Amino acid sequence: MKKLHVSTTVNGDPAEFVCTPDESLLDALRNRLGLTGAKEGCGTGDCGACSVTVNGRLVCSCLVLAAEAEGAEIATIEGMAEQDRLHPLQRAFIDHAALQCGVCTPGILVAAKSLLAKNPEPTDEEVRYWLAGNLCRCTGYDKIIRAVQSAAAEMRGA
Amino acid sequence: MAFDEYQKREFKQVGTRPNRPDGVDKVTGRAMYGADMTLPGMLIGRILRSPHAHAKIKSIDASAALALKGVKAVVTGDDFARPEDDFLRDVQENCMARGKALYDGHAVAAVAAIDAATAKAALKLIKVEYEILPHVTDVDAAMKAGAPIVQEGRTLENVPAGMSGNVTSHSEFGHGDPAAGFAKADKVVERSFKTAATHQGYIEPHAAVASVTTDGKADLWCCTQGHFFVRTLCAGMMGMEASQLRVTPSEIGGGFGGKTTVFIEPVALMLSRKAGRPVKVVMTRDEVFRATGPTVSTSIDVKIGMTKDGRITAGEAYLRYSGGAFPCGTIDMGGQAAFAAYDLEHVRTYGWNVLTNRPKEAAYRAPGAPQAIYAVESVVDELCLALKLDPLDVRLKNAAKKGTKSSYGPTFPDIGLVATLEAAKKHPHYTAPLAEGQARGLSCGFWFNFGGNTCVSLNVNTDGTVGITEGNPDIGGSRASVSLMAAEELGIPYEQIRTIVADTNSLGYNDVTDGSRVTFAVGLATIKAARDAVRKMCLRAAKIWDIDEEAVEWKDGAAVPAGPNAGRFPPMTLAEIAADSFATGGPIAGHHEVNVDGAGVSFGVHLVDVEVDRDTGATKVLRYTIFQDAGKAVHPDYVEGQMQGGAVQGIGWALNEEYIYGRDGRLQNAGFLDYRIPVASDLPPIETVILEIPNPGHPYGVRGVGETPIVPPLAAISNAVSRAIGTRMCELPMSPPRILKAIGTTA
Repeated sequence: MKKLHVSTTVNGDPAEFVCTPDESLLDALRNRLGLTGAKEGCGTGDCGACSVTVNGRLVCSCLVLAAEAEGAEIATIEGMAEQDRLHPLQRAFIDHAALQCGVCTPGILVAAKSLLAKNPEPTDEEVRYWLAGNLCRCTGYDKIIRAVQSAAAEMRGA
Repeated sequence: MAFDEYQKREFKQVGTRPNRPDGVDKVTGRAMYGADMTLPGMLIGRILRSPHAHAKIKSIDASAALALKGVKAVVTGDDFARPEDDFLRDVQENCMARGKALYDGHAVAAVAAIDAATAKAALKLIKVEYEILPHVTDVDAAMKAGAPIVQEGRTLENVPAGMSGNVTSHSEFGHGDPAAGFAKADKVVERSFKTAATHQGYIEPHAAVASVTTDGKADLWCCTQGHFFVRTLCAGMMGMEASQLRVTPSEIGGGFGGKTTVFIEPVALMLSRKAGRPVKVVMTRDEVFRATGPTVSTSIDVKIGMTKDGRITAGEAYLRYSGGAFPCGTIDMGGQAAFAAYDLEHVRTYGWNVLTNRPKEAAYRAPGAPQAIYAVESVVDELCLALKLDPLDVRLKNAAKKGTKSSYGPTFPDIGLVATLEAAKKHPHYTAPLAEGQARGLSCGFWFNFGGNTCVSLNVNTDGTVGITEGNPDIGGSRASVSLMAAEELGIPYEQIRTIVADTNSLGYNDVTDGSRVTFAVGLATIKAARDAVRKMCLRAAKIWDIDEEAVEWKDGAAVPAGPNAGRFPPMTLAEIAADSFATGGPIAGHHEVNVDGAGVSFGVHLVDVEVDRDTGATKVLRYTIFQDAGKAVHPDYVEGQMQGGAVQGIGWALNEEYIYGRDGRLQNAGFLDYRIPVASDLPPIETVILEIPNPGHPYGVRGVGETPIVPPLAAISNAVSRAIGTRMCELPMSPPRILKAIGTTA
């Protein structure tokens, strides 16, 4: 299969790669660009471990074609911290022990950040429904919800 | 022995909640999991799996695949020597079939190619000629005369004559004379139950990178709960010496017991050996469901007698477990755990393991216990309802306690069941009002907890900090708890310690991360390694002060003279002793190697409120509270996390999760869309109450907490649902169609 050349922006930096026409954005991020923070838990859009944003929209990168990244702005977990400062969500997840194995954590953080950008003051139920597409098998979600709310409060300056 | 025994003490750091040392890596995407590893020249391996539940493999022709450009190696079962050891041979034949495919998804061949697309294309070119055989996937059907025999000649001598050839083992536990006990009962209830097989459902699929070199050495990186065991299994299958196979565990994306064995690791090694290049194999989710994991599926009869005032006079259970296509010992743990929460004069369990055309069972949190205890706790609840007795009072009246001869043999030392039940009774949840259509259920849970082989090194750095090398993959915060215990023992801040999980060549053998053993056993070895280092540091201080070794003791992170007669010297801190170490005898390190005994059993009680939608059959969990004895909660955040996570897995098991097989013997729901694990919006907050009844077998009283919390949810929710709909539910999961059937509505 002839490969396609893709020019894109990942976490604010220009990035280029070649990919096959049927390649997923997740595979391109992981295997072409070496960004292995997004994980493949299912490859069918059911688990959310591969969550990234494309032009600000939260997607499962396993369901997006790599070629669609052409000209787009991609944001992944690797770009969430600013220099040496963790994002409030990242700090809250550590402080609240909201991760155990941590493999779902990148996807959940990306999804939670996307929620708070749209809704800075969600109810617990809104957080639970927003994150319903991100499977976590270790925590039972309790500490994740608390961490998201704690970060949300901090980001609101509360 | 004195060091092993629990001594009451005031803790300074154990019991606090510092940040975990691997936290930043895991929230920034830097942590390296199984599939994240890449090596120069690496090939991609893929596995061809049987589409049939049971079939003779007549031939495999890989010539077309090998002729495809970019294909570098093909492996089949014939590439592996046939191990003499039954256990090893079963693991190997599960990794790669020989002669027969025993379940849908059983591996039959593998390829390594330059990229994933080529490997995938090559799989389609491998021609396998099958002769399809009759299959059986249901445990009861497999026990019937005339059932297809999954594997011939696997029956142990203790199986009574005349049973189906699929029955591989039999076990009995208990004491007394149940018939005499039932005669004294005012009410006897006998019920039959079935539970579906469930999968651990870890989010990270199995992944391995193998690199075998021409001089016979090999490196293997994989996500596993126990890399030393991976080495044992793979070295056995590859005909390698343990020293030449170095296994390095990656970060692990969940396991819950499912990553305590091997599936793709030997395949990756064999592909690498044949191709002469590194090979990465990563499972798809479909492969994870079809070829790894699941629990046993079960069929259980339980009979319990009770007096009018709630005393249990006798209990009996008949347990039929299927661990899939290979013999499986989980039945023994089910039989031992079934009645563990009760102090009974007459109790007996009978168990059989049965072969079916399903994937080989792998451990899943408290293997065997949730199913047996679900059946027992359901019957106890039915008796409480029938006799109009409070279910917590009945459990308190019959609770196992110190001195109870357990249903599986040993006499219990200090245990926490009564304290746990009393905490549940006092908690506001137990008396909170319920609305119309809502109901409350509860259940006890139990797990043995394990100790096992453990080896820890503790290095004192010259700047006064400490590095700990341990050999158990950190599956949920154990590096933090190990660091905390070392900080406590040494008297230095937690932040000055860094604990790493080392590869198989860096440390002596460590048993698998399982059985709730890590905080208990690795913790014990860490405490003793710290004491070894302390002894050596006291020796250095004695040398500097020129006094007897016995005249120096360790206090608050420093060597001090033991008493007024020892001499007057200011305390010498760990940092000071470490800074001088090159001049006083060289580097300072503590070690401890042990096969840890003295694991303390763990009990828990769960309370749950549910509401059942009578139109859809859906059950909503409204409120959930866990009470569990941790012995000592070293890092309470991660103790709570174990309790919450285990409970939610149990909620999934109770309400949704099941392996569904079609008439063709194929798994019909091999994906997260159709095998639905709980999502955030399904659940309420999970409240936790930690009790601390010290384990006499650990210096700090630690018991281990990981397994027990998956046990109670099955019966707690079933009891709540049964009370809500007024009908006793006897099958798991209680998915909407089953609920609708039970309440007499059709979907």
